[in-house]
Amino acid sequence: MKWMKNLKSYVPPSFVVERDDYRCIRCKACVEQCSFDATFYDDEEDRVWTWNANCVGCNRCAAICPTDAITVKRAEPSYRYNHNWNGHVDSLKKRAIYGGTPVVSMGNDKPYPIYWDNMLLNASQVTNPSIDPLREPMELKTFLGRKPDSIHVDDSGLKTRLTPQLELDIPIMFAAMSYGALSYNVIESLGRAAKEMGTYYNSGEGGLNKDHYKFKGNIIVQVASGRFGVHKDYLDVGSAIEIKIGQGAKPGIGGHLPGEKVSETISETRMMPKGSDAISPAPHHDVYSIEDLRQLIYALKESTEYKKPVAVKIACVHNVAAIASGIARAGADIIVLDGFKGGTGASPQVIRDNIGLPLEVSLAVVDERLRQEGIRQYVSLVASGGIRNSMDVVKAIALGADAVYIGTAALIAIGCTMCQQCHTGKCAWGISTQDPHLSKRVNPDMASKRLINLLEVWALEIKETMGAMGINSIESLKGNRLNLRGVGLNDKELEILGILPAGE
Amino acid sequence: MELAKDISGCGIAGFINTDGERISGVDIVDSITLMKDRGNGLGAGFAAYGIYPDFKEFYALHVMYDNEHARKVTEDYLERKVHIEQHGGMSTRPIKKKRPIFFVYFVQPREQSTKGESEEFRLEESDEFIFKLVMFINENIDGAFVISSGKNMGVFKGVGFPDEIANFFRVDEYKAYCWTAHNRFPTNTPGWWGGAHPFSLLGWSVVHNGEISSYGANKRYLEMYGYKCTQKTDTEVVTYLLDLLVRKHNLPLHTLAKVFSPPLWSEIEHMSKEDRELYSALRVVYGGAMLNGPFSIIVGFRGGMFGLNDRIKLRPLVVARKGSNVYMASEESAIRYVADDLDEVYMPKAGEPVITMLTDEAYEKVYGSKERTYV
Repeated sequence: MKWMKNLKSYVPPSFVVERDDYRCIRCKACVEQCSFDATFYDDEEDRVWTWNANCVGCNRCAAICPTDAITVKRAEPSYRYNHNWNGHVDSLKKRAIYGGTPVVSMGNDKPYPIYWDNMLLNASQVTNPSIDPLREPMELKTFLGRKPDSIHVDDSGLKTRLTPQLELDIPIMFAAMSYGALSYNVIESLGRAAKEMGTYYNSGEGGLNKDHYKFKGNIIVQVASGRFGVHKDYLDVGSAIEIKIGQGAKPGIGGHLPGEKVSETISETRMMPKGSDAISPAPHHDVYSIEDLRQLIYALKESTEYKKPVAVKIACVHNVAAIASGIARAGADIIVLDGFKGGTGASPQVIRDNIGLPLEVSLAVVDERLRQEGIRQYVSLVASGGIRNSMDVVKAIALGADAVYIGTAALIAIGCTMCQQCHTGKCAWGISTQDPHLSKRVNPDMASKRLINLLEVWALEIKETMGAMGINSIESLKGNRLNLRGVGLNDKELEILGILPAGE
Repeated sequence: MELAKDISGCGIAGFINTDGERISGVDIVDSITLMKDRGNGLGAGFAAYGIYPDFKEFYALHVMYDNEHARKVTEDYLERKVHIEQHGGMSTRPIKKKRPIFFVYFVQPREQSTKGESEEFRLEESDEFIFKLVMFINENIDGAFVISSGKNMGVFKGVGFPDEIANFFRVDEYKAYCWTAHNRFPTNTPGWWGGAHPFSLLGWSVVHNGEISSYGANKRYLEMYGYKCTQKTDTEVVTYLLDLLVRKHNLPLHTLAKVFSPPLWSEIEHMSKEDRELYSALRVVYGGAMLNGPFSIIVGFRGGMFGLNDRIKLRPLVVARKGSNVYMASEESAIRYVADDLDEVYMPKAGEPVITMLTDEAYEKVYGSKERTYV
């Protein structure tokens, strides 16, 4: 029987599914919905059983149950408590049993400091009227791209031509998440929402399905180390091109799309064989240095006739400021900083949990460094990795970002419960899967509506806080660290973030 | 980390005779003093243009010292850097409270003698040289503060009500073709003589009513271009932005006004193609120079005066004209008190600059040159 325990490979379950037998009507919806084989029905006994060890805590069964009979609970660890070894016993065992390093997904889930939550925003009182965004103009329009120090204007008008800029109606974009990592319907939903909201979604490194060329004008196309699906038409569809050097969830390593997720259409889009793992190398093998990066930036600019801004995305690592300065000087128009809490569809656990820098800190030091060097104008900064709510967006912009990317937050809007199983391709919510049976669980009409709702609500919340600060245009918030005060931070942290402590 | 800023209420006033006729300080003192309610005795000041006709070729440095030591350090520095044509203590009337000492220096950058440590200055044109000199003193010499540094102009300011400050500096004894004045109502920092308005650099002077909510963004923008915000007051950034955008980037004044108070994107959308390109470019490139929050400002400059409101008009500004006199003030009463039978009185719209200039003949008479510069 498939639920028979194997003593040798036993690790205690992380979740316990409690089923109220009185409420259960044996409709078997939970059985049908569970893609992790954690639930099954026994004909002979007319009972629904749970195999707790397989439960990932995605709560799909609880959500679908028509009689509310199911409760999914986190299992209390049953080993003797040991602070030092807490969480490490099972992790170690898995390596010993299976002989491999565990792959995980989503962002870092360890209790590292969250600086966003140690920063408070300002508001106007008396000396400066706060502004009500429902009655007064409040502008979020943002332009990403290289800006000159000055422009030449004479009596006959503007004499300077600006290099191409990305125009955003709201300073929030959908981060790079590839077709392959995500299902077709999710990409469709992101595209529709980006179009509706006047912003952009990022193709990720998996190329672009021909069907999605219709989102031209709202797509940023990514060129990553695997170069999957990169060709002339692909570059032409993008409003900007993003070179992915690194990702916050896995700095220093490349991408990995398990063969299970490489379906017929994925293989066609990525221009690679069906069913084989899509492995992006750790570095770009034509970028071993900053001067190589410059060549790649200009190769892409040449091939698109200098009509599109080129972004470079890096994972936040220890000397991020110096790296960003180099990238700005190498000709990038936009730098994307991906903090260590950023999500992923698949990353070795040790990498995700131990490498990188917090986004807040990286953003602060990069913005300051670029200003000190007098090159901040030449490059836009996009903050990415673990942006959870609209106030994170406001704080990021006040620290110095021009705009942000959201990935995980967008997926949560369309159903994701962060069960961290993206790499398995079995997503019960139909998001990170290529299984046609599962992926149809995302309805692009409904999902895009939810994404639009999310962005609209965040936009309103951002406007409300700007109005409270007495600011009616987003550029006056940009890098305006006087509107931030730190609480519970030490002197060095305050200095690095460039903010005053509460009370000063 | 110098991030503190001051918040102020305030009243402002200014007038110019576009024929360049020099008028005594009595009127401006009356005009600003009438708006006593708009201040609280913690700061007042005046800027005057055309007051030093005998030294019009020289940069007039009005320097404030906390003590004799600061004066000595500064004078040593000045002697190394510039030719001092004449200098001396500014003439003041005695007052009871503790106050700094004020000196005026009429200077020019030296052609040859700026060797060694001022190597970096040698290749600069003279305005830039003086700009760096002022920045250096204000940032590095403790207890010394250059409160104005333009040619044929000067600033008089300090802690007190406008009539007290005017009395102290003998403002009534000066004659200027353009005067601006300020009555301060600070709600934050205690009174500091250097923190009073006008804020001035080279030929620019700014009096301001309101609060620059974008101060933190403007300050960091300016720092990229070598401007050090040392005076702990938001108005300072307006002066430096003027200097950067007009003197260095050569933006016309009416264009500069659209950087400070830009049209809404929804307005830009409906403009002609050329204007759309211009105003979009201004907002895209000069976002860091936009002034957000409530303000009305009166800017004095070499050869003119201009007034501006924030783009949703959260502070008052009234403009009036009588013959060749143009008046601006927070309140109409301040104008009518010194000039009756006005030809014209109006309130400029949000974000619409009011620019008045000396006539060509007047400019030549005052500055001895036909070629106009703003500083």
